[in-house]
Amino acid sequence: MARNTPAMSDDARYGLARHVTLPGPLRLDGGVLLSPVEIAYETYGELAADGGNAILICHALTGDHHVASPHPVTGKPGWWTRMVGAGKPIDPARHFIICANVLGSCMGSSGPATINPASGAPWGMSFPVITIRDMVRAQAMLLDHLGVGRLKAVVGGSMGGMQALSWPATFPDRVEGTVVIASTARHSAQNIAFHEVGRQAVMADPRWNGGAYYGSEPPAAGLAVARMAAHITYLSEAGLTEKFGRRLQAREAKSFGFDADFQVESYLRHQGLSFVDRFDANAYLYITRAMDYFDLAEEHGGVLANAFRETRSRFCLVSFDTDWLYPTRESRAVVHALNAAGAPVSFVELSSPYGHDAFLLEAPELNRVVDGFLRAGR
Amino acid sequence: MIALRPDLAIIAANVAPGSRVLDVGCGDGALMAALRDERGCDARGLELDPANVASAVGRGLSVIQGDADTDLADYPDASFDYAILSQTLQTTMRPHVVLDHLLRIGERAVVSFPNFAHWRVRLSLLWGGRMPVTRLLPVPWYATPNIHHVTIDDFRAFVGERGITVERAWFLSGDRSTSAAAANFRAEHAVFLLRR
Repeated sequence: MARNTPAMSDDARYGLARHVTLPGPLRLDGGVLLSPVEIAYETYGELAADGGNAILICHALTGDHHVASPHPVTGKPGWWTRMVGAGKPIDPARHFIICANVLGSCMGSSGPATINPASGAPWGMSFPVITIRDMVRAQAMLLDHLGVGRLKAVVGGSMGGMQALSWPATFPDRVEGTVVIASTARHSAQNIAFHEVGRQAVMADPRWNGGAYYGSEPPAAGLAVARMAAHITYLSEAGLTEKFGRRLQAREAKSFGFDADFQVESYLRHQGLSFVDRFDANAYLYITRAMDYFDLAEEHGGVLANAFRETRSRFCLVSFDTDWLYPTRESRAVVHALNAAGAPVSFVELSSPYGHDAFLLEAPELNRVVDGFLRAGR
Repeated sequence: MIALRPDLAIIAANVAPGSRVLDVGCGDGALMAALRDERGCDARGLELDPANVASAVGRGLSVIQGDADTDLADYPDASFDYAILSQTLQTTMRPHVVLDHLLRIGERAVVSFPNFAHWRVRLSLLWGGRMPVTRLLPVPWYATPNIHHVTIDDFRAFVGERGITVERAWFLSGDRSTSAAAANFRAEHAVFLLRR
């Protein structure tokens, strides 16, 4: 679907399934200098002559850079083809689209599973702890490499929305539009609590071995439990009830045992097991930690509005009424801060039965809002 | 473009070009779009209905979904030249608090509302003994969003008691202007330009 000009298609920096090793160093919030910095990414479409059509898409916790191309492991279509593609709000025919695997992840960017050049072995738990802002700084290094100075928009949902919010706060002159969907400016105690359950499940798996499991069996059982717990937070109670209720899984009666009697149990086990095939347990620890550390106000003297005083970006926030992971009040707190900073901001709470996951699902109203917002930009 | 509602046309024609405007209860953003496109204003909106917000954002406007009764408190003092409340005052839970916020947020406030003392309304009550259903009050009593019916004379007394200055006022019968003198009887609509 990429429609590159001859010049751009000849340039190995642009296209699908790209990978670059940048020399760095990248100074991380934790104080460590990371060098080199590996980034896996994709681009779609072509950069306009004036550079004014670049859109950066930021992915969520377990996402990747295959935003609108098939996943190399699962073969499934890109994770946001409802938003990105021909005739969609973000369209390669009009936009130059960039999506990069976040720092700390396991799809090709530097993370605990990549090789530490100093030792020649995987980093494991010696990989430095990273933050959302570190992910954003790594993306900025990638944009420099791609020759993209400013962004028409940065767009993200969930953890992608945290990066999107962090962009104009970190690089106020590089962002013209910021779209934040089903997200928050800080992780709440409840958010941190759920992540801690997941991390403890991974660490309690004997195969985790202090993170040094590369080359042997990974802690799949622990990671699957972590995914199961997290997956519940992505759905609404009403959605679970509608989808599964108390229905039994391929049986007429309860087994009076601990097999997956209920459909919801079977579903969660499937979610857990399919996740471990495509994700690294240590990466899960690092990225959840980055999310838990995220508090944009804290980075700006405790006043969220101060994060947005320098930027001239427009903002668009969307929440979903059944999302209890990042509920509407979190988006409203951001809107409040943006108003206080005098930033142009739009906000809407959309109705959906699907909980937090709604941003990835069919949502015509979401597309209408994002399309209108992007078209209104310069 | 589609012609604006008469009260909105008056507001659009009397807002200073290039000013900063907050439209409270902005609907689908028709007035905001006119202010942006024809008067070069920096317009922001607040609207309760999500479908209306989606429409307004879809036309490139900055609109926040929210409730005038609860969310105006979030806006900083003196952050706009005008705070506009068109056809919304009578639907709020606490109109006096909303008006105080408008004059805190905006240097000036513009308030428009349907006049409950218009002669058709009076006739309906006097002769019919029934709550009026008219062109401007088209919904029966049990379903109307209008919970604080107000007349032009009520509003004049209200702003007078609160020491608010009326800079200008416009009165409409249908889409025609009517005089201030008999407005409480003859006008269906009123638009007031206010300041502290």
